[in-house]
Amino acid sequence: MTALPANSILSRHRWNAGELVWLVCALGCFFTFPEYLALGTAVLVMVLLVLSYDLLLGFSGVLSLGHAVYFGLGAFTAGWLSLAGWKDPVLDALLAAAASGLAAALLGPFLLRLTGLPLLMVTLALCVLVFEAAHLATPITGGDDGLSGVQFAPVLGLFDWGLGGRTSYLYSLAWLTLVYVLLKRVVASPFGVILQGIRENPKRMRLMGNRVLPHLTISYSIGGALAGLAGALFTEANAFVGLGVLSLETSIDVLVMLVLGGVGTLSGALIGAPVYMVLKHFASQWSPFYWMLVIGPLLIAVVLFGRGGLLGSARTIVARWRRAQP
Amino acid sequence: MSAAAFIILYGLSYGLVLCLIALGLVITMGLMRVINLAHGAFAALGGYLAITLIQRAAIPYAVAVPVAVLSVAAFGVLAERLVYRRLYARSQLDQVLVTIGLNLVAVALLSMLFGPNLIPLEPPPALRGNLDLGFREIEVYRAFAAGVCLAVIAALWWVFERTSTGARLRAAVDNQGMAQAMGLNVPVLFSATFALGCGLAALGGILAAPMLPMEPMWPLKYLVLVLVVVALAGHARVAASVAVAVLVGIVETGGRYLFPQYGGFVIYLLLIVLMVMWPNGLLAPRVERA
Repeated sequence: MTALPANSILSRHRWNAGELVWLVCALGCFFTFPEYLALGTAVLVMVLLVLSYDLLLGFSGVLSLGHAVYFGLGAFTAGWLSLAGWKDPVLDALLAAAASGLAAALLGPFLLRLTGLPLLMVTLALCVLVFEAAHLATPITGGDDGLSGVQFAPVLGLFDWGLGGRTSYLYSLAWLTLVYVLLKRVVASPFGVILQGIRENPKRMRLMGNRVLPHLTISYSIGGALAGLAGALFTEANAFVGLGVLSLETSIDVLVMLVLGGVGTLSGALIGAPVYMVLKHFASQWSPFYWMLVIGPLLIAVVLFGRGGLLGSARTIVARWRRAQP
Repeated sequence: MSAAAFIILYGLSYGLVLCLIALGLVITMGLMRVINLAHGAFAALGGYLAITLIQRAAIPYAVAVPVAVLSVAAFGVLAERLVYRRLYARSQLDQVLVTIGLNLVAVALLSMLFGPNLIPLEPPPALRGNLDLGFREIEVYRAFAAGVCLAVIAALWWVFERTSTGARLRAAVDNQGMAQAMGLNVPVLFSATFALGCGLAALGGILAAPMLPMEPMWPLKYLVLVLVVVALAGHARVAASVAVAVLVGIVETGGRYLFPQYGGFVIYLLLIVLMVMWPNGLLAPRVERA
């Protein structure tokens, strides 16, 4: 077989400079911002969640407002496993991911027949429905107070979950790196290429002999599983899980974070989530609603005037600057 | 028997007010094919404006309501020219995102201007008290709101189906390019229609304000119900929207009355089941399975 050219879609699993720089910065933050590690861990968990959503929206073209369902399912599964006595964090994370993936695989064949506004509505309704159900099921979810008393054994038996967030930061970063490598492989594989084809033109893909619904269901299941993993990490890092993980607000946050960073490139999640979380953290210290006034116009500007989110806009600016060079 | 009467009467009035708001969205979505998730913000704007005029400027109800509705409609024209015009050619995702962004801005501004608390609108003295219908009493205000909604909806139906203006509008919906080639001024038509949609939303919001008190999160809180009506009505006309809205109102009211614990679910379950089976709306032909 001849070697693939460097910019072939199937060789995109290789890391580029920007992503390596990001990884180094993330490690660097561990040393330079020791007092912000809790925020940092929250950011890492969100990056993972946004990555899982990018697989759905950016690569498969599925616009869903119900992604929080899988995040929440993973988070609560990890909590329940801990309360039932299974305290190993890695095992719990894997089981939570499996549970969410299974749920996604069961719901996928029904939801993924729809597109556009109907899909938006059904996933929205699903998210609200699950939230209300969890709110009612106070004995198992803790209702408004959430699940407390959730504790996990030290990671790999060695690293204790202290109060400083040191362990949770590096633990989340490790999971994130692993998932990123995995996702890069998935989207650069023939399966990933088919997904992108489905995103562009489902009818054409069908005419060529690809079966759309099975591919979308597999993609949805992987996305759901990874969202569940992110949820488990959330529970492990916070030693607590509340109903907010299932809320519509979380679903919308994920969408906004992805769009800010840039849909359809995995690296968009690496930019969008930190920018959004940091802005939200500092703006909401002024007033609970102030961050909406910051994010709203930013989102509008990015969608109307930027192409491909912040990352895409940056690329456009760099490309224009390069072309202007003599 | 009186439980059924309660559910039907209250569900009907709830549904009709919802219908008024939803109709504005059905019209703008049907004509301009823009998913406008910020529609609830226009309704809330109308409600808050009316409250400000009545409570802080002591303007009588009968004057404040039309003033508020017209102001929001004018603001709608401004919004259309500045923002929505850019969305017509964009993908559904972009439309969803920009209108969510508008929603966020609206919620933030409402919270900063009016504070985070619920503000109910007291009905004017003439509309307080109860009306005795023989088998059941109903608040005068609810009957009034339902009556106004019915009148407006009937007027809309008559304009759409029986006048040449309505015919032009329907032509522009069915085939924009052809309508423009025949001499219809489509940009002006779009602006006027968007203003109409916003005005209807504002009127709906004002009528709903005593029953659903105003708060900064109002646009997002009731957005889901409005979208339920719009999605189930599909791209169909006024009659379908009324039927669906009344159904939603009755199901919502009935669900919460009969099952206080689980009542909120019923409408979402109904929506999911109905949308999976009829993605194009309840009265449209069944779509081909993929």
